[in-house]
Amino acid sequence: MAAKKELLILAEYSQNKIHPVVFELLNKGQKLAEKADLNLSVLLLLPKKIDFSELIAHGADKVYYMEDPVFANPDEFIYKENILSFLAKAQIEIVLTGATNFGRSLAPRIAAGLKTGLTADCTALDIDEAGNLIQIRPAFSENILAHIKSDSRPQMATIRYQEFKKGTADRSRQGEIIALETKIKDNPNLKDIKKLSDREINIAEADIIVAGGSGVKNGEDFKLLKELADLLGGQLAASRDVVDAGLIAKEYQVGYSGQRVKPKLYFAFGISGAPQHLAGMKEAETIVAVNTDPSAPIFNLADYGIVADLYQVIPELIEMLKN
Amino acid sequence: MDKVLFDSEKGRIDRKSAGVEVNPFDLNALETAVAIKEQTGAEISVLSMGPNRAEEALKEAVARGADNAYLLSDQKFAGADTIATSASLAAAVETIGAYDLIIAGEMSVDGDTAQVGPQTAEFLNINHAAYVSELISLNESEITIKTSLWQANYSKSFSYPLLITVTKDINTPRLPSFKAKLKARKAEVKNLTLADIKEKLKIDKVGFKGSPTWVDNIVVPAEISRKTKVFSEEEKESAYHKIKEILIEKNLMED
Ligand SMILES: Cc1cc2nc3c(=O)[nH]c(=O)nc-3n(C[C@H](O)[C@H](O)[C@H](O)COP(=O)(O)OP(=O)(O)OC[C@H]3O[C@@H](n4cnc5c(N)ncnc54)[C@H](O)[C@@H]3O)c2cc1C
Ligand SMILES: Cc1cc2nc3c(=O)[nH]c(=O)nc-3n(C[C@H](O)[C@H](O)[C@H](O)COP(=O)(O)OP(=O)(O)OC[C@H]3O[C@@H](n4cnc5c(N)ncnc54)[C@H](O)[C@@H]3O)c2cc1C
Repeated sequence: MAAKKELLILAEYSQNKIHPVVFELLNKGQKLAEKADLNLSVLLLLPKKIDFSELIAHGADKVYYMEDPVFANPDEFIYKENILSFLAKAQIEIVLTGATNFGRSLAPRIAAGLKTGLTADCTALDIDEAGNLIQIRPAFSENILAHIKSDSRPQMATIRYQEFKKGTADRSRQGEIIALETKIKDNPNLKDIKKLSDREINIAEADIIVAGGSGVKNGEDFKLLKELADLLGGQLAASRDVVDAGLIAKEYQVGYSGQRVKPKLYFAFGISGAPQHLAGMKEAETIVAVNTDPSAPIFNLADYGIVADLYQVIPELIEMLKN
Repeated sequence: MDKVLFDSEKGRIDRKSAGVEVNPFDLNALETAVAIKEQTGAEISVLSMGPNRAEEALKEAVARGADNAYLLSDQKFAGADTIATSASLAAAVETIGAYDLIIAGEMSVDGDTAQVGPQTAEFLNINHAAYVSELISLNESEITIKTSLWQANYSKSFSYPLLITVTKDINTPRLPSFKAKLKARKAEVKNLTLADIKEKLKIDKVGFKGSPTWVDNIVVPAEISRKTKVFSEEEKESAYHKIKEILIEKNLMED
């Protein structure tokens, strides 16, 4: 009997950990693999071997890895050369990877190397009756959802972080761990690579977001929002207008041209609710908006709206929470 | 982007319904090139694959500082996905001749895949850097850029040739002068067809036929509708209680 073909997740190992999107993909991947009758496997390239049991507990049947110091830096050329050397021999039907910056930079190279199709930034995936992958992605500034299919193999897609939920671990699951040889270790055209700084603010992962827009008058006043965010163990964020006005750094921007966030609770203070802002936060579980203008569009999307001055509301909220 | 049609029979977007304009991210790419030209005297060529109407966009690029403009245009390129687009662009680049640096936008505003840059680099078998937000330094033999990967900022230095894709943070595109615009109107756009690049092409077919992906269906997403409860200024206190309830319900209270 021929071995089962595989659904492979290309796992990003960065900041000394497996990127959380990998666990979301394992959860979704399990369902897809079952429907398409595939094995679920993961490929990791990393500087030093780690304990892979979490991957198996979350659904991986096989974990392939390459261990080499060269993988301590995000060099797409070295990564793609080694991944291509593996894929050339493997029986892979589907390759999924997180649409992180690195994933979005690396996956296209791999797809072009294989001359296979790649669908960008998917928000949903399914298997059709013939066993093909249906890749669903927003396009034209989120105005439409395109259902895309590929007639080449492997079928490849990048998937946005926080579209799927992480599953629960099953520690009784068994899986195979397979070491692969690192074939290419040198990139003659890359003369130097160094980390300059960590991007410390990571609003995409926060459970609570306290966002401010043009209703916040100056940079100093963001301290008020920060105080509320800290009190709630949440993260500060902003609309583009205040970022453009230089009141707060770009890393805080939520929206179409900023970060997409999906917190459990999103506070919008003095944000009107432009479509480009909503594109980044409309999938928050619960939205609370505070705006002095009762006709502000944000009130059409919010679960709870307060028609009031944010400069009154925030201190009162802080007061209440402190008690 | 208000008028876009989907041809359900052929399974592709009818882009004739959309205007042909310079993708906003490509203005940042062009501005990057012009800044390099001002510093080093480099020569700039712009290349676009698209219908004849794209000539206007290329002329605008000349007005903004490009020296040569190439339009890769052929009925057979229609319906290309990113693989077919990138393979065709790479073949055109090799047909045009020697180069040191290729600059692309981070993404387009319609397809918005951000794949064409890295895939073109793969077909050319050269290095690429994506998400470039700053040119740190550059000289005859090396270029150092800032990019954002792995939740961190990195600097990378490369020898040429290299392809970069640039973000909006890299610069603010200048507007062309009236004089430059007038001059650009007479600029010559060189035409390339499939026959011109065929020798260099690394895929068997181009356009829709050479594209492994296709749009099977287009759905207009359902509006997320929520039941909104609006509290007035006078009802603030009840709103605060509601917020407290939500925090407890969702287990979000810090202890
Ligand atoms: C291509 C493109 C991409 C874009 N990308 C993004 C993006 O990623 N993110 C983004 O946010 N925007 C983006 N925008 C901009 C977007 O269209 C809006 O301009 C922006 O979101 C508006 O920001 P705002 O709500 O803070 O400001 P405004 O629209 O000016 O709203 C301010 C609100 O504050 C209220 N207010 C004033 N004072 C108070 C007070 N004291 N208390 C309470 N409320 C008060 C006002 O009633 C008003 O509703 C993009 C636009 C384009 C064209
Ligand atoms: C709704 C929809 C969804 C799509 N989804 C996918 C998909 O998931 N996968 C896929 O393979 N194709 C997809 N396509 C097809 C894809 O949009 C086209 O191939 C398009 O011509 C190039 O890709 P892009 O717009 O995503 O460009 P991007 O890769 O986002 O563009 C990045 C940069 O590449 C350069 N560039 C791009 N196109 C050209 C060109 N023609 N000439 C010169 N430079 C160029 C520019 O510098 C640009 O800034 C989709 C098309 C539509 C309409």
